[in-house]
This record gives sequence, C-alpha cells and structure tokens, in this order.
Amino acid sequence: MSEPIIKIVDLHKHYGHVKALRGVNLEIQKGQVVVIIGPSGSGKSTLLRCINHLEKPTSGHVYIHGVDLESKRTNINQMRAEIGMVFQQFNLFPHLTVLENITLAQRVVRKRGKEERERIARELLARVGIPEKADAYPGQLSGGQQQRVAIARALAMNPQIMLFDEPTSALDPEMIKEVLDVMLDLARTGMTMVCVTHEMGFAKAAANRIIFMDEGQIVEDTTPYDLYNNPKSERTKLFLSKILH
Amino acid sequence: MGVTQEAAPPKTTVRARKSFGEQMHSFPWWAVIMVVGLVAALIGMLGNQYYRDAFNFIISPPTSTEIAFGIQITNGLRMTLFTTIVAYLVALIFGLILGIMRVSKNPILFHASTLYVELMRGVPMLVLIIWIGFVVVPAWRQVGEGTSWLAPIARRTAITGVQGAILGLGFGYAAYLAEVYRAGIESIHRGQMEAARSLGMSYAQAMRYVILPQAIRRVVPPLANDLVALLKDSALVSVVAVPEILQMARLFVSRTFRAFEGYNTAAFLYLVLTLLFIIIVRMIERRWHASV
Ligand SMILES: Nc1ncnc2c1ncn2[C@@H]1O[C@H](COP(=O)(O)OP(=O)(O)OP(=O)(O)O)[C@@H](O)[C@H]1O
Ligand SMILES: [Mg+2]
Repeated sequence: MSEPIIKIVDLHKHYGHVKALRGVNLEIQKGQVVVIIGPSGSGKSTLLRCINHLEKPTSGHVYIHGVDLESKRTNINQMRAEIGMVFQQFNLFPHLTVLENITLAQRVVRKRGKEERERIARELLARVGIPEKADAYPGQLSGGQQQRVAIARALAMNPQIMLFDEPTSALDPEMIKEVLDVMLDLARTGMTMVCVTHEMGFAKAAANRIIFMDEGQIVEDTTPYDLYNNPKSERTKLFLSKILH
Repeated sequence: MGVTQEAAPPKTTVRARKSFGEQMHSFPWWAVIMVVGLVAALIGMLGNQYYRDAFNFIISPPTSTEIAFGIQITNGLRMTLFTTIVAYLVALIFGLILGIMRVSKNPILFHASTLYVELMRGVPMLVLIIWIGFVVVPAWRQVGEGTSWLAPIARRTAITGVQGAILGLGFGYAAYLAEVYRAGIESIHRGQMEAARSLGMSYAQAMRYVILPQAIRRVVPPLANDLVALLKDSALVSVVAVPEILQMARLFVSRTFRAFEGYNTAAFLYLVLTLLFIIIVRMIERRWHASV
C-alpha cells in the first residue's frame, strides 16, 4: 500500500485527569470512507479534532501525507486548509450571508479572486441542492440547509480529507436524509472521509471501514458487514444491540 | 365611537384594551417632567441678568480659547463636547486593542493588558487625571528641556496639560471599555473560532473576520452607555483647568461670587447634554436591535 493520507501513532489526549484518548493507532488510505462509532465520551470527537489539530495531543503523533502536525516547522493553517471539518452544530458564521460564508476562507486563505470564489461557491451550493439560498443568512435556513452550507463551505477549500463530527445529530429526522445524501454523493467522488456518526444506513452504503471506539481506544476496526455479522468483542456487541434496537 | 372600535381590526382592539394603569406606566412621564422642568428653568434663568451672564460666560465665544490637538475650541460647552469625543475615540480604539490582548493566549500580551486594566481601574479617575496633568506632563516637559537622549523625543511629543487630561480620561476609560470588548469576544461561541481555524484561517484572521464583527455588534449598547458616562466624567478634567463647562462655571463664580447662578447653570447644561446623549444612544440601540 502507498503512504497513508492519515497516520496516527500512539495518540494520547488527557483533559486534566480525564483520559479522552489512550493510545490510538490508525492508518487511513486516500479515498477511504471511515465511520467511527462508540458510546458517548469514548473519545470520537477528540480523535477527530486531533486530526486537524483543533486539540493538541498530550502525546503521540498525527501525520497528514507524512507531515507531522506536532512538528514546529509544520504550518498548521496550511495543513488545516487541506482538511475540511463539519460540526454537529454547523458553526456557520451568522453575520455573513451563505455566499460570504463559503467565500471568506477562499479569499483570506486561498487568496482567490472575487469571480473565481463566487463561481466555486455557487457551484457548490448547486451541488448541495440549495443554489437559491446564496444571499440568505444562516439564521433564515433550516438545520438541514445550514449543515449543507457548512459542507459546501468546507469543500470550497478543495480539501483532501473531510471530517464529520455527528453531522446529523442536531437535525430533525426529516432533514437527516438531505445531509446524508450530500455525504453519500461526496463518498462516491472518492473523497477521503472520516465520519463520526451513528447513521448505520450511511455506514453500510458508503463506508469501507467502521471503527468502534470505547474508553479512548479503538476496540474494533473492520468492515460494516463484519461488524454486524461477527463482532469480536463483547463491548461491541453490547453497543450494537443498543443502537440497532 | 363604540361602533368604529368594533369595526377596527382585532389587533387594534387588543392594543386599545391595555389598562389605564398600564398606559400610565409605559408613558415616559419622567421625560415629560424633566423636559418641562428644564424649559421652565431655562425661561426663569434667562429672565435673570446673573444667569444670562453665567450662560454667556460658559457657552458664548470668546470667553475662552484653547487649542488642543490643533483644533481651536472657543467655549466651555464646546470644550466639554470636544473632551468627550476625543477621549471616547481614544478609549474605543485603545480599549479594543486591550480587549483583544486580554483574550490572547500569549502570556506577555495577556499579563501586560491585565496589568494595565487593573492599574487603571484601581485608581480613581480623578486621581489619574490629576496625576497626568500635574506629574506626567510636567515631567515629560522637563525631560524635553534636559540633555538626555530622550530629550528630542520628549520635545516632539510634549503635550499641554489640557491635552494630557483629555488623553488621560481616554486611556482611563479604555480600561473599562477593554472589559466590555473582552466580555463581547468571550460571549461568541467557541465553535465560531474552531470553524474559522478548521478552514485554515490564522488566529488573527479568525478574530478579524469572524469573532470581532460579531462581538462588536453585541457590545454596541454597553459601549454607547459608556459614552454617556464619559460625558459626565468629562467634568473631571476641570481639575487641571481644562476650560470646559464646570471649569468655566468655577471661573465665573470666582469672578462674580455668584456661586448659585454659576453652578446652577453648569448643572443645567450637563443635564441637557446628558439627556440629548441618552436620546441619541437609545436611537442607536433601537436601530441596532432592528438590524441584528
Ligand atoms: N474540552 C474538554 N475539557 C475537558 N474534558 C473534555 C473536553 N473535551 C472532551 N472531554 C472529555 O473527554 C472525553 C471524550 O470526549 P469526546 O467528546 O471525545 O467523546 P465523544 O466520543 O465524542 O462523545 P459524544 O458521543 O458524547 O460526542 C469525555 O469524557 C469528555 O468529557
Ligand atoms: Mg462527540
């Protein structure tokens, strides 16, 4: 196999005496779609946030394309521009229109001209199915629409990796599908994706790998098929029985 | 009458049903009483020669002319307004810088700004102004007259006591506004900073384009209230003989021994100015709430 796009080596993250991550090792190849599941507090968000260095690990290393995020010589802003992130609470910029949300980082980080960045923004809005909302403010959109804008905002940077932290958990049931459809579509284009989600339909349809985390460790790293049909650990079985009802 | 009321759309009827007591309470009686009182006071005062003299002395040119920051200010009223506006601008800008430093993770910026804020808030404004007017300004002038290597710089940056007092008021208020800005910045959900950083923006870019525009919008009402407070505190600069309303009133009294008329006139002028400022501030706030 070629060099992994994400390589995580013996990652630990402590918050005071809380050990959120306890020695995580993980390699993700370009184009893989990885779903992470696990009980609340198992460290899923923490792991995701270490991948784009929103959290600084207590020890261990994260390599993106072989570049160590911990190294002093690494330009972290440059690395982050290559890693899109979608949050549970959308985190759109409420003082900016949808178009401005999608063009801001293109302007100040990518230094793209006005025409180019607006063309890209409108293309992405069409791709996520809300081209007519360019001039609306986030507060005027439904949750599903906001999350699709957030995905478009991340994609506008032409990232090589997309991280999703429970992108549908804050949504009303009828809006979950519209966001998952956008994510499925993205998976088909060959985007490398790491998604914390308990949407099993999405995992089955899109994921190459599914990772079960518990107490800051990776308990199981397998295919969705194997996870359901022959989970190895008791913890996995217990958790699956809870979420699959 | 009853017929037309019944014919009116329900919304109007509902509003008309507000009880008499409620109407009495929501009507700004206090403002009416104040305005009527002020107008009556003005009429009464203008009928009296001493009051006319006091007014003349404080608000008509050219009882005083003072040049501050290259601008000639020709009477006490204008000096009060000038002091307020210059000090407020200084406080707005320097306070913003301090407020940003107060939320910085850089220990030098954080502790330097915290030291400044706590020092300024730990000294009464009156003492601060006296200290700048009677200690800092003269000391700096002396440095300029000396022969040390600082002398040329001190000569170029020498300021008058009046300028020093106005700047002192501004730098003192900056400490208070810094805390307003800091609270505004901290009130923005941390997800905003994280989203901006996750897109590759630097901390400074995230501040500039994402956090501050939202934070400043939030603190417009408290900042506007501090403008009114600053207007009243501008009277403090009279202690170093800045010829503003209170100082001119004191001069008037010392010349005419008419304390009653002199200080009544000063109080009257402050009240009118404060009222005007409050009205302007309320208008700004209402506009702001409508636009946010
Ligand atoms: N900023 C923080 N400060 C202190 N403790 C934290 C912080 N962030 C996370 N933790 C703790 O670290 C542990 C792992 O949290 P994390 O958010 O990664 O879990 P999670 O698997 O994403 O859970 P959930 O499904 O509830 O989102 C938890 O015990 C949590 O309380
Ligand atoms: Mg989480």
